[in-house]
Amino acid sequence: MAEPFLSIQHVRKSFGPTTVVQDFNLDVEPGEFVSFLGPSGCGKTTVLRMVAGFEEPSAGKIVVAGKDITRLKPNQRNVGMVFQAYALFPNLTVAQNIGFGLKVAGMPKADADRRVAEMLDLIKLPQMGDRYPYQLSGGQQQRIALARAIAPKPKLLLLDEPLSALDAKVRVSLREEIRSIQKRLGITTIFVTHDQEEALSISDRIAVMYSGKAEQVGTPFEIYNRPATKFVANFVGTLNVLEGTVTDAASGKVRVNTQEVALKGKLNGSKTGDKLSLALRPEAISLGRHPGRDSSLSGEIAEVHFLGSVIRVRVGIGGSTVSLDTFNSPAAPPPAVGEKAEISFSSGDMLVLH
Amino acid sequence: MKSGRFWAWVVFALGAAYFFIPLIATVEFSMRMRRGVYSFDAYEVVLGDPRFQATFGYSVLAAVFTIILGVLIVVPTAYWIRLRLPQLRPVVEFITLLPLVIPAIVIVFGYIRMYGSNSPLPFLASDTGTNALLVIGYATLALPYMYRAVDTGLRTIDVRTLTEAAQILGAGWGTIITRVILPNVLIAVLSGAFLTFAIVLGEFTMASLLNRPAFGPYLQNIGANRAYEPAALAIIAFAITWACMSLIQILSRFAPRSANRPN
Repeated sequence: MAEPFLSIQHVRKSFGPTTVVQDFNLDVEPGEFVSFLGPSGCGKTTVLRMVAGFEEPSAGKIVVAGKDITRLKPNQRNVGMVFQAYALFPNLTVAQNIGFGLKVAGMPKADADRRVAEMLDLIKLPQMGDRYPYQLSGGQQQRIALARAIAPKPKLLLLDEPLSALDAKVRVSLREEIRSIQKRLGITTIFVTHDQEEALSISDRIAVMYSGKAEQVGTPFEIYNRPATKFVANFVGTLNVLEGTVTDAASGKVRVNTQEVALKGKLNGSKTGDKLSLALRPEAISLGRHPGRDSSLSGEIAEVHFLGSVIRVRVGIGGSTVSLDTFNSPAAPPPAVGEKAEISFSSGDMLVLH
Repeated sequence: MKSGRFWAWVVFALGAAYFFIPLIATVEFSMRMRRGVYSFDAYEVVLGDPRFQATFGYSVLAAVFTIILGVLIVVPTAYWIRLRLPQLRPVVEFITLLPLVIPAIVIVFGYIRMYGSNSPLPFLASDTGTNALLVIGYATLALPYMYRAVDTGLRTIDVRTLTEAAQILGAGWGTIITRVILPNVLIAVLSGAFLTFAIVLGEFTMASLLNRPAFGPYLQNIGANRAYEPAALAIIAFAITWACMSLIQILSRFAPRSANRPN
């Protein structure tokens, strides 16, 4: 296997008696785009700040391109970073902001000017060089911050929730722009976000973090479809969780409320009588029986929300409620609250959470 | 007109009268040097007096050195407190307020006892040393104003993020302070500088007890021995102070607007 470009090895960080990152390990390949996804306080920004050099790990080491950078100062690391609050220098013009790192590095003025112009073209703001940050919109400021970060050709690009302060529409367009620039330049990137949609849409891999640990590291497809832990399953996407009891471990039978479903081959290691949490994504459930869906449960319609093209239905099954979406069809009116209903699904889509 | 508004104008007029009547009276008196007509004779005498020029020049120079010393002490301190030691802020604020509580005469007596010719640091043994001690004393007196001005300036920018942004781009501490922090708090530093200038120009106690040829003791000396010139001097000193305040107002319009708070 090739050497990882960035290797975070057994990193721990404590502030006084509080440990915010514990035994964090991650290898990132050259040119890879990896997202740290997790709720507030899970330690994702702390790991990023340790890679940047703003925090020193209490234990473990960080290696970039074969060189141990754990104790290096931030200005010795050749790492680019984009901050949530833009952090453009208010007293400098856009061009001066982008050229700041080049000037600090002692690049000749003519070369620096050329590189600044190249960066302005890259972020599609070629006419903005003479403006001041306060004359720009949030989205434009963040693009300038991105250009400033990549102008000195850093080995690694760190993005600390760069889209959080922007409105929804700009967020979507800018994340696509960030990804396209990252791919074009082939720069290894770490992206911190608490927004799962952002992480799923632009990452090569995602590290889902919780309580200072990486709960799961995988591709967006793996994270969404094969969550390794209950936390990942709950945090990423919408999930219907049903509590069940194994009634026959050999044949994979599980009782949910008073009904039985067969989950052959999915119970790995569970014994008869064990309690389990079973999870289903809304898109894996259909209302009524459908060909190809081998399992079903009966319940009662608890809520119906008409959302235009989509109808969100909540079906009560014993003490649990299952949420599913169906497309609106003018020929078939939505079900009424209180009606008996049957939901069907493939047992292969059922996730067993341990 | 509503009665509330009427009384507001009355209070305003009373306040303005309290401020302007003595000022007008002083101006009027300063112009009565020549019998029977108004003239600027007192101003001519004052401005033509070599002692005025010497003491004023001395105090201006002392003010410039005080400002430089104040900026060198206060900007890095206030910056470091905001960046790394925010828990020490109340302590530092208290220390910077001490010169308002402790009279200048106490400070200067302390200096005379501490830095006499027998002391290991004999500032008072030479004129240059005494001048340096006076500047240090002035910097202490101006500390509450300088610190507050700079701290207020630092509050308008995101010190930590800007520092980190500069660091990650390869900048060291010198570059960060001179090219990122100082330009963004320059207007605040200038406000502190002009306040310092006004304080130094009128200061009497320290200059007098250290026996320095400053403008404050000259003002006192003229006031005790002449009739019209003190009034003219008071107006000149007032005009200089007011000019400093106006400069603060004008310069504050050129303050860089924060990227984090677009307006």
